[in-house]
Amino acid sequence: MSRFIVRRLLSIIPTLFIVVTLSFFLIRLAPGGPFSREKKLPPEVLQNIMRKYHMDEPLLNQYFRYIGDVLRFDLGPSFRNKDHSVNELIGKAFPVSLHLGSMALAVALFLGLSVGVISALNQNKWPDYSAMSVAVLGISIPLFVIGPLLMLLFALRLKWLPTSGWISSRAGWATVILPTMTLMFPYFAYIARLSRGSIIEVVRSDYIRTARAKGLKESVVIWKHVLKGALLPVVTYLGPAFSGIVVGSVVVEQIFVVPGIGRIFVQSALNRDYTVIMGDVIVYSIILMGANFLVDVLYSMLDPRIAYK
Amino acid sequence: MKRVLTAVLMVTLAASLFVSCGQGAAKGVEFIMNNGAEPQTLDPSKISGVPEHKIYMALFEGLVINDPKTSLAQPGVAESWTVSADGTMITFKLRKSTWSDGTPITAQTVVDSWHRTLHPDTGAEYAYMVNMVVKGAEEYNSGKAGKEAVAIKAVDDYTFQVELLGPLPYAVDMMSHYAFAILPMHAIAKFGDEWVKPGNIVSNGPFVLQEWKPQESLTVVANEKYWDAKTVKLDKVTFLPIDDNLTAYNKFKAGEIDWAHGVPLELIDEIKLRPDYQVAPQVGTYYYVFNVTRKPFDNVNVRKALAMALNMNDLVDKVTKGGQLATSSMVPAMAGYTPTKGNGYNPEEAKRLLAEAGFPGGVGFPKVTLLYNTSEAHKKIAEWAQENWKQILGIEVALLNQEWATYLDTRQTSHDFDFTRAGWVGDYLDPNTFLDMFLTGSGLNDGLYSNAQYDELVRRAGTMPAGAARMDVLRQAEDILITADQAVIPIYHYVEQDLIDLTKWDGWFANPLGSHHWKFIGPKK
Repeated sequence: MSRFIVRRLLSIIPTLFIVVTLSFFLIRLAPGGPFSREKKLPPEVLQNIMRKYHMDEPLLNQYFRYIGDVLRFDLGPSFRNKDHSVNELIGKAFPVSLHLGSMALAVALFLGLSVGVISALNQNKWPDYSAMSVAVLGISIPLFVIGPLLMLLFALRLKWLPTSGWISSRAGWATVILPTMTLMFPYFAYIARLSRGSIIEVVRSDYIRTARAKGLKESVVIWKHVLKGALLPVVTYLGPAFSGIVVGSVVVEQIFVVPGIGRIFVQSALNRDYTVIMGDVIVYSIILMGANFLVDVLYSMLDPRIAYK
Repeated sequence: MKRVLTAVLMVTLAASLFVSCGQGAAKGVEFIMNNGAEPQTLDPSKISGVPEHKIYMALFEGLVINDPKTSLAQPGVAESWTVSADGTMITFKLRKSTWSDGTPITAQTVVDSWHRTLHPDTGAEYAYMVNMVVKGAEEYNSGKAGKEAVAIKAVDDYTFQVELLGPLPYAVDMMSHYAFAILPMHAIAKFGDEWVKPGNIVSNGPFVLQEWKPQESLTVVANEKYWDAKTVKLDKVTFLPIDDNLTAYNKFKAGEIDWAHGVPLELIDEIKLRPDYQVAPQVGTYYYVFNVTRKPFDNVNVRKALAMALNMNDLVDKVTKGGQLATSSMVPAMAGYTPTKGNGYNPEEAKRLLAEAGFPGGVGFPKVTLLYNTSEAHKKIAEWAQENWKQILGIEVALLNQEWATYLDTRQTSHDFDFTRAGWVGDYLDPNTFLDMFLTGSGLNDGLYSNAQYDELVRRAGTMPAGAARMDVLRQAEDILITADQAVIPIYHYVEQDLIDLTKWDGWFANPLGSHHWKFIGPKK
């Protein structure tokens, strides 16, 4: 097991190196550059700026310089946000995305499991039908529709919540509710369907029949035996869901003006802010690979039938 | 595991649903604006955008500032100035003012500041504004000469002198621009590039930086050391970086912000009925540039036919609807300057010219493509033009949209387009800012237009003193560019679109450059 963990961890390094190398050259293939302006800069001014950021050097030199910096954990200066380094920008934005993502996932898990249990225990009755209809909506309506709809209802019509912003703004903690609700919606829907399905399957299995035959209370059967078995697919889903929800909050961060890493990612791509794009790519890669790694490890722990050699 | 999971769930849920209004009451008058984007930098030498300019006006003050109504120069750190008889030497008399830490601002501070902006290593984008007017600036900025080449000097502690490249009548007005900022050289020497960080930054404007939360907000508070502190009416200004106009509009409607710069165009029908919608002409033009080196646009009659087939009044009434000013001239009307008449809407003449060019009724006209940067607004205008050209001239025009940086690359670097959308907002109040970009070989001449007579007129105007004769020469140049050669199709002049309740706020005036100086804004009494 420990050999497996070490090997999996080591394999992250070459993968990351390939991702960094490919991204470095690919983003430079996109037309335009960080200093494209509607009022095109005069050559002497552009030359000064290119020299300042070493962009007048051959591309390979720039690449090796960048790799050297990354190995020293220095992601370089931002071409756009000139007063901040990429480390600073990501250092401030990442915790925000992490916070929003964790909250959304926690709420999605809580609501999703609750709805899943209720649906499964009332299979093919009205609570099941109505819950699953909501779940289908949740999966099929995109975030950029749900977000503005919630904003329209709760912020503009009812005036219960602020339209946008984040915790440290004037409106305080109330700002987290709408983005959390929006972001959690598809995950809630998916978890609800997933848990419903697996509970229905587990409820019909032999060991549950045995538990009931022993005369256990229905609540004990559900909480102790059914849920434990039914949780496995949900837990394995949590890994990709976690990376997806942190990485995937781009749209929600735009709509609700959340100062997270998703907003920075969109802006840096449009502005050709090469160093920030690279920094984002590295962070996202680490999250994705880290989450996959954790899932692999959890999987082998939860299900003894799966063994790694 | 389940129990731990449940506990974590409950705690996070409780935390996420906990609603607090946790903050103290703000003292004095606070003003919140949406600035449209996260400021790229607070360092005036490195600024290059409108959102940064708005913050610059709160934190810093140059020799002169823009008048809140006319946008022309009015005293800033300089209390007065004189221009030599030949118009090439300006002498500024500085007032006794200080930085927010009490360090005095002298003529030498101004000299050192301009040197820093021009220094090649600073990499200042807008150094080119200084290069355009100050003698020797371009030589220093491009590394061809030392800083002594720049013709600026501190005559004494409070007298600053600058020699211009010619009798440029717009030079003093231009100096309100951040390219000519006065910088806290003592703080820069102490902190290096870190001088703009909260805690390090020292400024001389009506406000000082209190807090900067990137991607979230930037807050400034009144500067007690400001020389004109008694005029300042606001105690605190907060800038928000919301780039989505719809979100900003919703915040404005909910009363969360006092001023939204820019409006969501999809809701313009609703917004233009609001009493707090402010629309003001801007010194800027929306236009289509022909690549005059490509067939069929190398033929002036084709260019004119396309221009004359479009009824711009129709466009601004039915398509853009935001109060834009339909036009047939490149240069907007300015004090002392009457723009060229241009070739207005004339469908019959358009058909005749197209026939004369060899395409009667559009027969045999090659397929051409109109390029624009991806945006709903540009798309609507392009589709409207496409439809009109088809109806009136019988020609097919394909539309091509590209993402911003890609579009700029196509337009400015490869020039790989038939004709393209473009926009230009003047840097200063003079026709020259719209005309010198069409000089042969200019880096801004995207359509590769070239006319020796035009070049001669624009260059000649550059050597002439202010007055009617100079304006007349510029006008002749525009006649050639637009009425005779139709190098571009001017479509409309931009308007500034803002949401601010002027029954509540005073000192905010519509002005040509859209520069709203913070020291004049305050609650209405």
